[in-house]
Amino acid sequence: MSAIIRVNNLSKQFNEIAAVTDLSFTVNEGDVYGFLGQNGAGKSTTIRMLLTLVRPSSGSIHVFGKDLFTHRAEILKQVGAVIEKPDLYKYLSAYDNLSLFAKMSGLQVSRTLLMDQLKQVGLEERAFSKVKTFSQGMKQRLGIAVALVHNPRLIVLDEPTNGLDPQGIADIRNLVLKLSREMGKTILVSSHLLSEIELVATRMLIIDKGKKMVEGSVAELLDPSKTVVQLETTDNKETKEKLKQSKWSGFLQPDHGAVQLKMNKDEVPALVNDLVNMQVQLLSVNSTHSLEDYFLSLTTRPGHVEAFTN
Amino acid sequence: MWKLLQIELYKIFKKPRTYIAFGAIAAIILLIQMALLVNGKEYLQFGLGFLDDSFEIPYDRISNGYWICFVILNLLLIHVPILVALVAGDIVSGEANMGTLRLMVSKPVSRTELVLAKFLASVIYVIALLAWMALIALALSMLLFGTGDVVVAKSMELHQIEQSDVLWRYFAAFGFAALALIMVASLSLLLSCLSDNSIGPIVATVCIIIVCTLISEMQIPLYDKYLKPYLFTTYMLGWKGFFYIAVDADGQTIRGSVQNLPAILKSMGVILIYIAGFVTTAVLVFRKKDILS
Amino acid sequence: MKKIFPFLLLCLLVSPALIKAQDVHQLVEKVKARIETVKDYTASGKMKTNVSFLKVPLANVVIYFRRPNQLKIKNEKGISFVPKGAVSINLNNIISSGSYTALDAGQDKLNSIPVRVVKLLPSDENAEVVLSTLYIDEARLVILKTRTTTRDNGSYELEMSYGNYTSYGLPDKIIFSFNTKEYKLPKGVTFDFDDGSGAKPEKDKTKNRKGRAEITIHSYTINKGLADDVFK
Repeated sequence: MSAIIRVNNLSKQFNEIAAVTDLSFTVNEGDVYGFLGQNGAGKSTTIRMLLTLVRPSSGSIHVFGKDLFTHRAEILKQVGAVIEKPDLYKYLSAYDNLSLFAKMSGLQVSRTLLMDQLKQVGLEERAFSKVKTFSQGMKQRLGIAVALVHNPRLIVLDEPTNGLDPQGIADIRNLVLKLSREMGKTILVSSHLLSEIELVATRMLIIDKGKKMVEGSVAELLDPSKTVVQLETTDNKETKEKLKQSKWSGFLQPDHGAVQLKMNKDEVPALVNDLVNMQVQLLSVNSTHSLEDYFLSLTTRPGHVEAFTN
Repeated sequence: MWKLLQIELYKIFKKPRTYIAFGAIAAIILLIQMALLVNGKEYLQFGLGFLDDSFEIPYDRISNGYWICFVILNLLLIHVPILVALVAGDIVSGEANMGTLRLMVSKPVSRTELVLAKFLASVIYVIALLAWMALIALALSMLLFGTGDVVVAKSMELHQIEQSDVLWRYFAAFGFAALALIMVASLSLLLSCLSDNSIGPIVATVCIIIVCTLISEMQIPLYDKYLKPYLFTTYMLGWKGFFYIAVDADGQTIRGSVQNLPAILKSMGVILIYIAGFVTTAVLVFRKKDILS
Repeated sequence: MKKIFPFLLLCLLVSPALIKAQDVHQLVEKVKARIETVKDYTASGKMKTNVSFLKVPLANVVIYFRRPNQLKIKNEKGISFVPKGAVSINLNNIISSGSYTALDAGQDKLNSIPVRVVKLLPSDENAEVVLSTLYIDEARLVILKTRTTTRDNGSYELEMSYGNYTSYGLPDKIIFSFNTKEYKLPKGVTFDFDDGSGAKPEKDKTKNRKGRAEITIHSYTINKGLADDVFK
């Protein structure tokens, strides 16, 4: 499997503010690479650097094995992108917008090709309507048509579901899966919602404050063994003592006040059974996946980071 | 490059805003023509009236189509830069504002080519605007008012150009005006590259032109000596130079001559230098610009 | 007797002048008679204008005249700024009314042609013309030069040279000199292209307040009648 994107020690400084710091990651051919982070974490800046919109302060980006800034045109011919909102020329029709950007991608455009593309995103009937009359979802679909019209090898989708209704979100998800599975495209998709990424991505990276937090395959990161179980009992202190002396002592997490265990989700029934046998009075059992827990913690409890990254 | 230029032109001429300028020019010119049709003599008396004592002034003959075109250009060419800024000031920043700039720049075309295509598109827009002006101000005036000798007032001189010696001067003047307006377009383009909203560069261009024109025309010796030679607005009125005719030793005008051709050529040179400067800077700025819009 | 002497003396002194005045009056009348043989004419020629602020081309003009005092200078094709006082090239204006006093101002030479200088004073005190000085070529009975001072319009000077139409007292060439005002419009109105030539007019401001129009006539059509509307 060859690396489609290889980013090494990438940094971007806007005056005094470090938007991205020493970021390195690799996207392999065929990956649906999830780029996860809160708003302002540095996702967009990184994506803009990948599309040559923003010049890195330091570090290197190689795409298709070539340096992005020295082989810019050659590389960008094979890249399609939707960057944040799908902003297009409102005073032009869908067809004109598509035709214009297809030409800019170096494509010999034909009416058949453009109409086919519009058909694929369900806009063939509105092909000659001005974009200013379009709904957000229609604009998004047109934006995707623009990104795909030149049949790129790499597709970059920056927050593609922003502002869409649930049906629109589902449509985008299905499209990403189709592009990846049926057409073998490599896709980089960014989002601030883990739930979105986990449904489509094969690999993912979590970025916070411009720094890489985690990178790995989704299967590995969402491993069920990394479930955090939180117990609420009538006497938490006593429960902890009892657990320390049981076979569960290895799963017990450092003290957070509540009783927490990091374990495989499958073993939760056995744990509950044992607790009953130990005569612990259970008030509630709450299990969350540690990645989700961790991701939420990025904004709320920075101190919790080590719990996952270790 | 040709493809990019086509795309840019397509965008300009599909944008409703573009036609405001064409409409405004037509409206202003028609208003001036109508006013001069009714009150041409009074208007002329404003400039020539105090010569009535010494000379028989054939007002009817002076207010012919050629003269009216000159009046229109005199009144209008000071304001057309605003119309040019309306399009050229928006050409990069408008896309930033709309959000299409990031999509454009992520396409496999070089930023230099992109700026140059935008510049050339503005140039074509300027030429189209002037051609439109020529059509209404010159051709229509000729049709409505006929042709004749042109009398042009300078602040201390009156120049009369014979009918058969006029038309080429208009072509030259429109050519010069095109160059001056291209300079305005290139300034707007530069400001447009520096900004992410459309209004800023348009307003800034207009303000710069107003301030520089004021300094150029205030006739304050200090400014005249140290500032005026460096202001681009000083050279923008050069088109009029084609209507200042030279005289022979006997005091008679020389057909086909221009009073101070070197000054006109110098102005053209300075304008070309400004254009090159503005466009080069625009390219450099845009190449380095982080597209964050 | 004592009282009579100064009177006689005065008569003695004044009488030659009176006799001369009679002479010049006759001279003027002779010139006038010749001029009056022309009832109307149409003359075509070229007008060259020399006024410091006017940059105008050599113009083809047609002069229309009809007795007693209708005169019009027209540029058939283009535009001409015709100096207003130019109507005084119609000498009739000055001498045809008949109510003037002619004074002999002696002999002179103009371009080596001997001339008699005659000063004409209109009898009407309110006349526009205050004084006219005529330089008359007695041999050919034509006026070579006039200098006219008017009440309101400054003074004009006319110089004429004669050729083919001497018998009618009509000149081939007229040089008309007149006073002009300075021309000045605010720069904020004209929006001049400042080509660096702006300093020049300052220099000859004082020198060139006089304007000159030179009309060279190549043909006359005399006494063929003229329609009224040419003078409109």
